[in-house]
Amino acid sequence: MSEQTTEFAFNELLEKTPRKDFIEMPKKNALRSVLTQQLHQLKIWSQRRSDRTYSLITFALLLLVWTVISSLKLVPELFLPSPAAVLRKFIAVADEGFVDATLLAHTCTSVARVLMALLLATATAVPVGIFIGLNRYARATIDPLIDFYRPIPPLAYLPLIVIWFGIGETSKIILIFLAVFAPISIATVQGVLRVDQSRIRATLSLGANRWQLIRYVIIPSATPDILTGVRIGLGVGWSTLVAAELIAATRGLGFMIQSAAQFLVTDVVVMGIIVIALIAFFFESGLRRLQKALVPWEGKI
Amino acid sequence: MIRLESIGICFPEKSQSGNQFIEVLSGINLVLQDASFTVIIGESGCGKTTLLNVIAGFEKPTNGQVSIDGKPILGPGADRGVVFQDDALLPWQSVKENVAFGLQLAGKSKTERDAKSLEYLRLTGLEAFADYPIWKISGGMRQRVGLARALAVDPRFLLLDEPLGALDALTRARMQEHLLQVWKISGKGMLMITHSVEEALFLATDLVLLRARPGRIESIRKLEFGRRFAEGESARSIKSSREFVELREQVLQELLTSDEVMT
Repeated sequence: MSEQTTEFAFNELLEKTPRKDFIEMPKKNALRSVLTQQLHQLKIWSQRRSDRTYSLITFALLLLVWTVISSLKLVPELFLPSPAAVLRKFIAVADEGFVDATLLAHTCTSVARVLMALLLATATAVPVGIFIGLNRYARATIDPLIDFYRPIPPLAYLPLIVIWFGIGETSKIILIFLAVFAPISIATVQGVLRVDQSRIRATLSLGANRWQLIRYVIIPSATPDILTGVRIGLGVGWSTLVAAELIAATRGLGFMIQSAAQFLVTDVVVMGIIVIALIAFFFESGLRRLQKALVPWEGKI
Repeated sequence: MIRLESIGICFPEKSQSGNQFIEVLSGINLVLQDASFTVIIGESGCGKTTLLNVIAGFEKPTNGQVSIDGKPILGPGADRGVVFQDDALLPWQSVKENVAFGLQLAGKSKTERDAKSLEYLRLTGLEAFADYPIWKISGGMRQRVGLARALAVDPRFLLLDEPLGALDALTRARMQEHLLQVWKISGKGMLMITHSVEEALFLATDLVLLRARPGRIESIRKLEFGRRFAEGESARSIKSSREFVELREQVLQELLTSDEVMT
């Protein structure tokens, strides 16, 4: 009877545990290996948890220093509002709005701009990058153009874009688009050039034509690099947002911060900065998760 | 039958006195018969891999002609399967999908692909791992997936570029026996490159010794050890037999002399 229950428990344990060993072994050994694996998994989890704890401690310390400084009134409220004041402002702006729009409206407008530009940039930069990566002449023609405009700060060519495209939504999206395009296309070119030569040769000797090679081997091989490019592009996009919303905007987080700065409403400025940081962090971790899901073999092969 | 006629290949190399051409292969005449197992051995830099690349169609020879069944080789194609030292598999595909990849490229239906890939997974002893991602199986298994993938498109010849070079000694010995079994069952013509004299002697029906600078054929030996294994003799008894040991010493001696000539 007891033999049966242990057997049952063992089988249950075996089923619950992902199998990592492919060597057939006697059950006693298997049980030991299952236990070792679970211990190992536990170690990884606790390690991950402790990493996260340290990150949280950093932020908690930062918040503490901030609270202490503002409650001791070491710095005037005008320069550094207290965390409580910022939180109150957050609720107030979320509720009643600031400069004719609620926080949600500002946020949605900004997110839409960044996403729109990111989408356009990805849709164009990835094909262009693949083309440059595959064709020497295209590389010689287009690469210098990208290298030329990439280091110019968006604020420097902003006036030119306003002269060309006016002060509407188009100019804002074009400005963010230009900033995002470069990192994505550069990362894509890198990804295409890095595709393993023997992978390409193996595919050709299996009878692939050029299109099949691009579709089945080059694009999937470059995907990790492309996703890294999109991640960098997203960061650049958010940093260009405030510049883009300098152009006669009536809505948006960048616009909100600038309006607040003009009236010296420091708590709204700080609150806006934190909201942008949180949203950017949220997108970044989403993309990182996507990358992990799409490229589970990264570093294992 | 693959025929190489006075193949020569030159690579440009930059040096201080301007661009120079290095002759990597020179005057290579070689015939790969159907169902033969040709092994190429030679010191590093003697052009072994270049020779395989010429046959695979990855490189164009500067002089001479390569043909398969009388038709000139102009580029890579499904009639010559290639297995690489680094397995060159696609990590986003499962074991089964990797094996069926060539059939997918040829536009075969899913049912046909599944049936064919299962057949070759069985031949290489991998059917239990069909749905594993390839980054979860061992190096020796990955090489067998590469082998099954190359076989699945039913090529005329199989070109193996040091396929066992990255494996540990034990796995390597097992893979040699496995290669001979696959060779016997599939009946394909094989061409393999290796650094190991023992491996070369054990597998080859035709052993080609290359000399370097420029790469040229020193000798071609007809051997029977692989056939003996295919007919049932054990690998250990073959490898410890007197003829095998003597020949091994002889070939090693030849390889070492060429080294001395070089320095």
